[in-house]
Parts: sequence; C-alpha cells; structure tokens
Amino acid sequence: MEKNVLLGHGSGGKLSHDLIKKIFVAYFDNEILRQQTDSALLKVEKTTIAFTTDSYVVDPIFFPGGNIGKLAVCGTVNDLAVSGAVPKYISAGFIIEEGFPLSDLETIVKTMADEAKKAGVVIVTGDTKVVNRGQCDKLFINTAGVGVVDDKNQEIAAGKNIGAGDRIIVNGSIADHGMTIMASRNFGNFKTDIHSDCASLNAMIHDVLDAGCRVKFMRDATRGGLATVLCELAESTGNGLVIDEKAVVVKENVRGMCELLGFDPFYVANEGKLVMVVAAEDAEKAVGIMQKHPEGKQSSIIGQLVSDHPGKAILLTEIGGKRIIDMLAGEQLPRIC
Amino acid sequence: MCLSIPAKVTSINGDTAVVSVGGTEYEASLQLLNDVKIGDYILLHTGFAIQKISEEDAIETLKVFKEFDELNEQIKPKLEE
Amino acid sequence: MKHIDEYRDRDLVDKLVKGIHAISKKEVVLMEVCGGHTWAIQKFGIPSLMPPTVKLISGPGCPVCVTDRRFLDHAVALSRLPGVVITTYGDLIRVPGSSSSLNEEKSRGADVRIVYSVLDALKIAKENPSKKVVFLGVGFETTTPPSAAGLINAMKENLKNFFLLSSHKVMPPAMSALIDEGVAINGYIAPGHVSVITGTSIYEPIPRSYSVGCVVSGFEPVDILQSIYMLVKQFENNDFKVEIQYKRAVTPEGNVKAREAINEVFRARDDWWRGLGTLPLSGLGVNDKYADFDAEKMIPVEIEETKEDKGCICGLILKGLKKPNDCKLFGTACTSSNPVGACMVSHEGACNAYYRFNR
Repeated sequence: MEKNVLLGHGSGGKLSHDLIKKIFVAYFDNEILRQQTDSALLKVEKTTIAFTTDSYVVDPIFFPGGNIGKLAVCGTVNDLAVSGAVPKYISAGFIIEEGFPLSDLETIVKTMADEAKKAGVVIVTGDTKVVNRGQCDKLFINTAGVGVVDDKNQEIAAGKNIGAGDRIIVNGSIADHGMTIMASRNFGNFKTDIHSDCASLNAMIHDVLDAGCRVKFMRDATRGGLATVLCELAESTGNGLVIDEKAVVVKENVRGMCELLGFDPFYVANEGKLVMVVAAEDAEKAVGIMQKHPEGKQSSIIGQLVSDHPGKAILLTEIGGKRIIDMLAGEQLPRIC
Repeated sequence: MCLSIPAKVTSINGDTAVVSVGGTEYEASLQLLNDVKIGDYILLHTGFAIQKISEEDAIETLKVFKEFDELNEQIKPKLEE
Repeated sequence: MKHIDEYRDRDLVDKLVKGIHAISKKEVVLMEVCGGHTWAIQKFGIPSLMPPTVKLISGPGCPVCVTDRRFLDHAVALSRLPGVVITTYGDLIRVPGSSSSLNEEKSRGADVRIVYSVLDALKIAKENPSKKVVFLGVGFETTTPPSAAGLINAMKENLKNFFLLSSHKVMPPAMSALIDEGVAINGYIAPGHVSVITGTSIYEPIPRSYSVGCVVSGFEPVDILQSIYMLVKQFENNDFKVEIQYKRAVTPEGNVKAREAINEVFRARDDWWRGLGTLPLSGLGVNDKYADFDAEKMIPVEIEETKEDKGCICGLILKGLKKPNDCKLFGTACTSSNPVGACMVSHEGACNAYYRFNR
C-alpha cells in the first residue's frame, strides 16, 4: 500500500475500498461492520434501528443546486432511507476555520433546517469546533443519523434476497453533481448551467415500499458513481449484471462537460440518485411511482441481474457492443488522451 | 493524445472564440487556426481550436453508407444459406 | 450532440458491422496507434462485434506509455525544488517514476496542479511571478502545437518564470519501426487528430514500402467501424494505400498554421520509446530561440538513476507482440489501482483498457 494518504483514497473507488478494508474494518472489525451496508442495522430490544454517519468536505462549499449543508442532510437521510429505514433524527458536528464568514454559516445552517423539514427529520444534537486559519478548508460537517426499520424491510440494506431476473432501476440522470463541482472549481474556466441533483429521496422510497413493491436492495450512487454501485452489487451478490447503456439518462449539458474533460458519466458522483433492485413483476409499478416525484421524474429500468458471468457487470453499449463495467482505481481525472 | 471535441463557435473576439459543447461554453484560442466564422464547428483540443469541421464532408461520410444497403442486399441470400 | 451523435447511430453501426463480416475472408491484423482509438474501441465494445478473422491490436499510441521513465523522474525531481510549480495534464499524475509519482509528491506537499490547457499554466505563471512554473509537454502532433503556442505567448509577454519540459514525440517513425521490427500488421488505423495537424503525406511511405494500408480514422464508433471496413477491403483486394475516413476534419495538407507554430519553437531530436528503443528524429526538444523557456536548460536539478520494473512487459505490449494477459504481473501485482507499468496507469494504455473492459 502507499505510504501516505492520497486524494484517491477518498474518491469511492478501489483505493477507498482498500483503505476501508485494510485499516478501518481490520481494526474495528465486528459482525455489523462487516456487512458494509449504507446504514448499520442495530437491534435495540425488538426494534431495528438504522444508524449512519458521513462527513462533508466538499470544495467549493456553495455550488449551483445547493451547498455543503444541503449535501450533509440529504446524504444522511438517503443513507438511512436506502437501507429501508424511516429517517428520524440527525446530529450535526461542525469544524469551522477561523475567519469563516458568519453570514455564510447562517446560510448553510438555514439550508440544513429547510432540508431537514422537507425530509421530515429533526436535528437533535450537534457540536462546534473552530480551528486556526489553515487547519481546515473553510468548513467540514459531520452528520450522523438514526432511523427505524420495519420488519418487512430488514433485507434491503444487505440485499441478501437478490436473484437472477430482478430489475435494476435508477431514479434519473447521472453525473449531475460531480460535473457541477468540477465546473464550480473553475477548472479550465468552462461556463455551464449544470446543477447538482442533491435531494432527499426518502419520500419517494417510502411511496415505493408502501405500495408493496418487492424492493430487494437499494444503495445511493454517490462517490465513485453508478458504476461503483453496479460493481459492488455484482461482487457482493455473486450474480451477473447486464446494463443497457441507452436506458441510462445523462443530461445533454452534463454530457457536454463529460466529453470535454474526457470523463465517463458512470463514474461521476451523484447526490440524489439511487440504485434500486426490484422483483421483475414490480419494476414497472415502482418506476411509475418514482416518476411522480420530482427526484424521480426520469426514473428508468437500466438493466437486470442474470445468472451468467457471476460477479461481473456487463454493459450493452449504445452501439450494441459488450464490455465489462469495472471499478475505477482512484479519482477520475481530466485527461487529454 | 487526441481528446478533441466538436464545438460550435458562438462569438469571436480577436484571437479567441466562445465555443459551445452541448451547452457548456469555453473561450478557445484561435491562435492555431485561420478563417473561423460564427456558426462554424471546430475541434477543441486542450483550449485551442485545431481544425474546422467540414459540414459537406460530414454529410458525405454519412451518405457513403448507402452503398451498404446494396451490399447487404447482396449478402442476404448468403447469410440465409 | 452534433458531429458526435450521428456517428453513434445504431443503424449505421449495424450496416458497417454486417459489411465487415461480409467482406472479411482472410485473417487480418489491424493496429491502432492512438490512445484515443484504444479507448474508444474498448469503451464501445467494438472487439465484441468483429468477425473472428479481424484482429485488432493496440500499438504505441499512448504517449504516456511510450515516454521514458526518466521524464517522470525529471518532473518528480523538479517538483521537489522549492518555488517550483508543476503544471500537467491529468494523464501524467499517476504514472510511476523510478521511486515516486507526481501524485505521491503532491501528497507530500509538492505544488503539482492539473490543468486543462497550457493557457491555464501561463495564467498561473503570471499570477505567481516569484514561482517557477514548469509545464509538462507530452503528446504527439496534436498536443505539440498548444505547447508551442504556450512558449510563443510566453516570449511575447516577456514571462521570466514559465518553462516547458518536453517529451513531445512524432508518430510516423514509430509506425515504420514497428514493421521493421517484424510486427505482423496488415493495416494501420491511423491517428485522426494527429493527422488533423500533419496532413496525410506522412503516411505515404507505409503502403509504398511495406504493403500495409493506412486509413485515417475519426473516434466515434461509425468512424472506427468504417475505417476497419476500408482496411479490410484494401487487404482483401491487395490494394494498399493511404485513405482518409475522417474527411470532415482531416485534409491531405493538414493544419499549416499549427505546424508553423511547432517549427517556430521545436527542433527534432532522437528520442527513446518504451518498446522501440531510440528512434532517430522521433522526438521534439525546445530549440535555441526559445532556450530561455526550456526547463531542461534553465532549471538545473539532479535526477535519480532510472529503474525499470522487472517482469513488466509494457515494451512488448506496446508493439502488439504480446497481449496484456500474457504478462505475469497482469491482474496480480499490476492492476489499475496498483499499476506497475505505464500501460496500466495510463487511462488508455492497452493494459488498463484490457483490465477494465475485457478480463
């Protein structure tokens, strides 16, 4: 392994997985942690609680479509919701750099309050630390969240019931968030109107579950993008995946940015997109319900699980060719080749 | 080393042009290319316009596939054997 | 998107694929020598559409892959000097040098910045007059004119703190060298954007001397498939020539203005290519007129002794003599997250493309 921590270790790809496996899971090791689900499911007497945490260090902290606070609340709500839980309570810890404008802090905190209200969660505890100028990059936020998991939804987080024939659904366009951040960092000085897809998905998920659709697995497609979730799904279930490239939605303006920088949208971060595995007979119904929500207007079935090529995710390319979808090593970088 | 993208010229300001790729705009250098006009499509490579895309030749390239219709008609009986 | 989507049209693709299947009778080996082609061929899954007679192999088209490890060591050494800012395209950042990479140096505090264009590097130089800004120039004839423009502008604006470290190369010597070495090739899918700059007369010696066809190809699936069709047709008819498939961007004369910029700033020199050794006049160094901007001359630094990895057969893979999975290190010691050789690091190195799309 490398001697120092690299940016790639935080990008969600193979390097991140290695770091988690070789250091964090190795030392913290326990049955619950080994499940590696988006939220840990904890039995507290007869109830199953979902518990999750995330830290937010995005730069820039304000971007089209949101800010670091919105990311924090939506991110934690979504980690709970995709694990089959009803999100209830959130904690918020702030590490603030000396000199950070109070007006900016207020804007961010107000955003968090608005988002929490929309998602139906309460921010019940928190912490604040201030560090010397230069010791953190403007503002870091950590959120932790708890939710309650109904008995019938217990299997969703780990996806133990997935089988060949199940359909794979995504709730809309991919790569919006990551390319928004790229553009906002003024890399290359591109001017664009793309904006982040940052949103809480719990209401949409709730309606799908409430309608009785047999949802077998969900994961939000954040760092590492859609491809990373598909690879993880193939590896962990031992099934093969077949994905239809034409069914995956990419907005025109996002595509333009991707083509310019040589990015593959499949590996770009999202903040309002999930991958849902549903029993074949419920797939169309689930998509119909999702499309009625603003966060799911462009929901589509993008593929299915198969018994062939176990552990591998295969892409049917837009021209009818076939190739493997692999996990990216570290962060995707702008290239000229 | 060739990632170059077709981009449409939307305005020109001396040695630079604003070009658009699917809605994203960039101020490209025209230092390496002559006779660029608004409405032209250029190939954008690492910030420079390196060539104009010929609309005529693009149409020609796509037209060539007419010959394939005939070819396919010829091979159809062979494939069905 | 215009000039992209039309060339991904499924009907046209199907027609071309059927056409290739129909005319290909004998086994034919086609090599592409452009990283962009390696990438596109794998990304669209083109090998899965070919008849068994058509073999597509990857050549030394990835400039990152063929670049001497010493260039990376030089960049690493410069990055360790106080007051030096290294500006580079993203492609180079993870390429392993003998003991480190630019990414490693960045994590240790070196000022290494990824830029989209040499113009961004010039801006950094102007905004930081007390720092020495070094731009890493890699790439073939497509990317050389921008580097040239960078130095022309630096001279015009009288910048004292902007430098180029050049590892630019030219393509044609490698194409001949491969056949001279005995690599069995029946046709070249010739690099589309290199040809935009150079024009096509540079390829004329290849069909003439070697009976190997050259078709200058665009980068969309329809372009590549049409080029494959044209090469197979040449081969089946024993009629080898230079043809342009990428007519909408490539002319026989190329871009004269861009070539003038190259000639203004650079001079040809012998250069070492991984897999091919030293090829005469195959590289480009900064000429005397622009010596004040040549990092090699202006920033003295000690460079460590170059160490290559045992077992890495990038050289043979770059020549198309071996496939990535012929390498003992492939998939085990050398993976895309832990690359040993340049072919695995580079986003469109043959090993990387193979590992990610084909294993």
